[in-house]
Amino acid sequence: MITLTVNGTSHTLDVEPDTPLLYVLRDDLALHGPKFGCGLAQCGSCTVLLDGVAVRSCVTPVSAVGAKKVVTLEGLGTSARPHPMQQAFIDEQAAQCGYCVNGMIMSATALLAKTPNPSDRQIRQALAGNLCRCGTHQRIVAAVKRAATTKGA
Amino acid sequence: MDATRREFLAGSGALVVGFSLVARDAQAQAVGAAAKPLALDDVDAFLSVGRDGIVRVYSGKVDLGTGTRTALRQIAAEELDVALDRVDLVEGDTARTPDQGPTWGSLTIQVGGVQIRQAAATARRALLAAAAERLGASSGDLEVKYGVVRLKNDPTKSAAYAELVGDREFRIKVDKSAPLKDPATYTVVGTSAKRVDIPAKVTGEFTYMQDFRVPGMLHGRVIRPPALGATLVSVDESSVTGIKGLVRVVREGSFLGVVAESEWAAIKAARALKATWTAWEGLPDMDRLYQVVRATPVAKDEETLKRGDAVAALGSAAKTLSATYEFGIHLHGSIGPSCAVADWQDGQLMLWSASQATHWLRRELAAMLALPADRIRVQYLDGAGCYGRNGHEDAAADAVLLSRAVGRPVRVQWMRHDEHGWEPKGPPTLVELHGGLDASGNIVAWRSEFWIPKLTLITDGVPLVAASLAGLPGRDAQNPGNIFQNSAPGYAFPNVHAVCHRVETTPFRPSWIRTPGRMQNTYANEAFMDELAAAAGADPVEFRLRHLNDPRGAETLKAAARRAGWTPRPSPRKGAKAAVATGRGVTYVKYENVRTYVACVAEVEVERATGAVRVTRVVVAHDCGQIINPDGVRAQVEGNVIQTVSRTLKEELKWDRSMVTSLDWKSYPILTFPEVPRVDVELLSRPAEPPWGAGEPSAAVVPSAISNAIFDAVGARVRTVPFTPARVQAAIRATI
Repeated sequence: MITLTVNGTSHTLDVEPDTPLLYVLRDDLALHGPKFGCGLAQCGSCTVLLDGVAVRSCVTPVSAVGAKKVVTLEGLGTSARPHPMQQAFIDEQAAQCGYCVNGMIMSATALLAKTPNPSDRQIRQALAGNLCRCGTHQRIVAAVKRAATTKGA
Repeated sequence: MDATRREFLAGSGALVVGFSLVARDAQAQAVGAAAKPLALDDVDAFLSVGRDGIVRVYSGKVDLGTGTRTALRQIAAEELDVALDRVDLVEGDTARTPDQGPTWGSLTIQVGGVQIRQAAATARRALLAAAAERLGASSGDLEVKYGVVRLKNDPTKSAAYAELVGDREFRIKVDKSAPLKDPATYTVVGTSAKRVDIPAKVTGEFTYMQDFRVPGMLHGRVIRPPALGATLVSVDESSVTGIKGLVRVVREGSFLGVVAESEWAAIKAARALKATWTAWEGLPDMDRLYQVVRATPVAKDEETLKRGDAVAALGSAAKTLSATYEFGIHLHGSIGPSCAVADWQDGQLMLWSASQATHWLRRELAAMLALPADRIRVQYLDGAGCYGRNGHEDAAADAVLLSRAVGRPVRVQWMRHDEHGWEPKGPPTLVELHGGLDASGNIVAWRSEFWIPKLTLITDGVPLVAASLAGLPGRDAQNPGNIFQNSAPGYAFPNVHAVCHRVETTPFRPSWIRTPGRMQNTYANEAFMDELAAAAGADPVEFRLRHLNDPRGAETLKAAARRAGWTPRPSPRKGAKAAVATGRGVTYVKYENVRTYVACVAEVEVERATGAVRVTRVVVAHDCGQIINPDGVRAQVEGNVIQTVSRTLKEELKWDRSMVTSLDWKSYPILTFPEVPRVDVELLSRPAEPPWGAGEPSAAVVPSAISNAIFDAVGARVRTVPFTPARVQAAIRATI
């Protein structure tokens, strides 16, 4: 049995300890935010926060999480009460298919926690490991900039 | 007379219509049987109005991430005069949405939206007629706002759509002569309504195909052969017996999969399963790709334009030029690998898929399973962007075989290597061009040959992977799209001969990828146009305008040049010696020579020593006629540009004699944030014109604009996509 704290709630789960965190979040906790993209830590769509640090949940065994607090896209806000970063993505219409957007928002949230007023260049560097195929990059950078100037982000 | 039982004359006077007495029984017998009218000439195929006043639009075309889910609602809301948030949309359900063809070719608005618009106009006229009868007035005395019909001179007298037809069928045919609203009165179409799906997508509330689960569902994974043409010899099931949660190893011919209670167990079993396959080395030598393409037997020649006598004109031209262009094999590269959930029960199939063509997929699966189509229902759910036919249909067939084998619903999620290795691919293209200039530097002759696969016919296609491996029949519903399009040049040259050699085979299963053929053909045509401009010592914009006999096209080209701050001069730039050279290149196209106009200026930096190219800015002028949602069109143009910069600079499939070796993002890199150019879009709005497509056209102009900009910067012409540093460096060295 493994105990995980996800989005402020503690769960005790009967899962194989080598299961990547991603599948536990998606299949056992029915979360839709973190996405399977490559399983190789190459694309970023599975990104979650572990104690505030952006990590690739597809290569993080659930047994390695320990007492660290997991926050997923759902843990930031809801469509009724979005987090300022989520609101900024809505305001900039910064999604096409939207499949990669989980990783963009989670990585950008981690960036702003460390660097509250990043330059365009810093944003691009911070998101360099997050792939987007639709070509929404320009709007994503604008959304992160917008969130940085929003109170409470 | 009770309004619900009323039959009445519609406004045209000729058409007798009656809203049906009772809602049709939605519980059809076969799982795949139509739950409502679906015929393309039937208003009920496209629209219904609920008792709650919600207008439900039924669209066979689906939103692949392009925003059409919102734009189609806008079209219906506008034509029916209802609030946008009172319109709902059902997409890609074979039991409920009409077969409007696949979601392809930038046609969702241009064709699908126009069909919905005409159905809405027909419905509106019928609703007005019904209201007129109920209110004892003539249609001309009525106005509609927010789905309520009122007497103009007595607004207290009203009838809501919901009262007139709520939950009942219209039972009228779509009338092409039903009057459309005057675009000058539009309040919804032409506005940048926010996309309806983005709030749920940025909060994890949205259910993608990959998120979809049904009760009792198992997880499947497929194990593909290590070589594309290998067959399965034997499977050692003892290699996976210890895996907790494994339900079954499924083998059907050379189709091999595992089914497990948990996703992780399925992955572990797929990795551990020992199987023996035959050897196969049927792929061509990668370095000889274009020689192989040129040597492939030709099934037929298609002449796409013959005007005057190009051969004779080349013979008498003052100056002639020839060039060969090559365009590599590309992946769709969806960020989420393909996925499907199949539920096979009692000889019937319910399937959830992100297919861009649910009706086609149903026919393909019916053929594979030897089932009548009404035993199959396919429901669309959003996947990651696919930009053409990626692996979704194949993953669906995998899920079907696994569900049929275990008798429970099975979700198949392709792994990254499945997607890269087995998705159908954009075929390689080879183009040879000859041009002739007269003494004043005008083009008098143009001759072009395109080597492209023959597969454009539905009857002559490429089967589903699972059907091939399992030895099951296929219906061959795939094709690589009308890839001959834009092979004919769009300029007014006096002597032209353009021919497509449709070659018998191509190394990998061919598919359409965003802007199929139009991109490759425009790339060759517009880069060669630049070569001729340089040979004539002409400014590339002026040179194009000189040969362009299309005022709307000329306006688009001038708009792009103006926005880019283009100063006339011939390419290449003179006297620049900096280590990092800068250049600009232009391209113009009229999509398929009949619709959306696009012009583009790309600006690049070229590092002379290494050949590394960076695209810094791309300016696009775009005329797709009437614009439904300007921000949506902008997003499509931005996406087209960035995705195509990636394809042009970086992307190239690699393989050995047995298998694709580009099996992850390291071996098939795409553009990353630090490399993304600034994209600057100018939309030419024409509200009174028909709406044309925007999902593809602006991708067509990017490769040639970059090739032309590199030439402008360093005087070297790269003619093979992608423009890797090695190729650019070789081109630069060839000029020294």
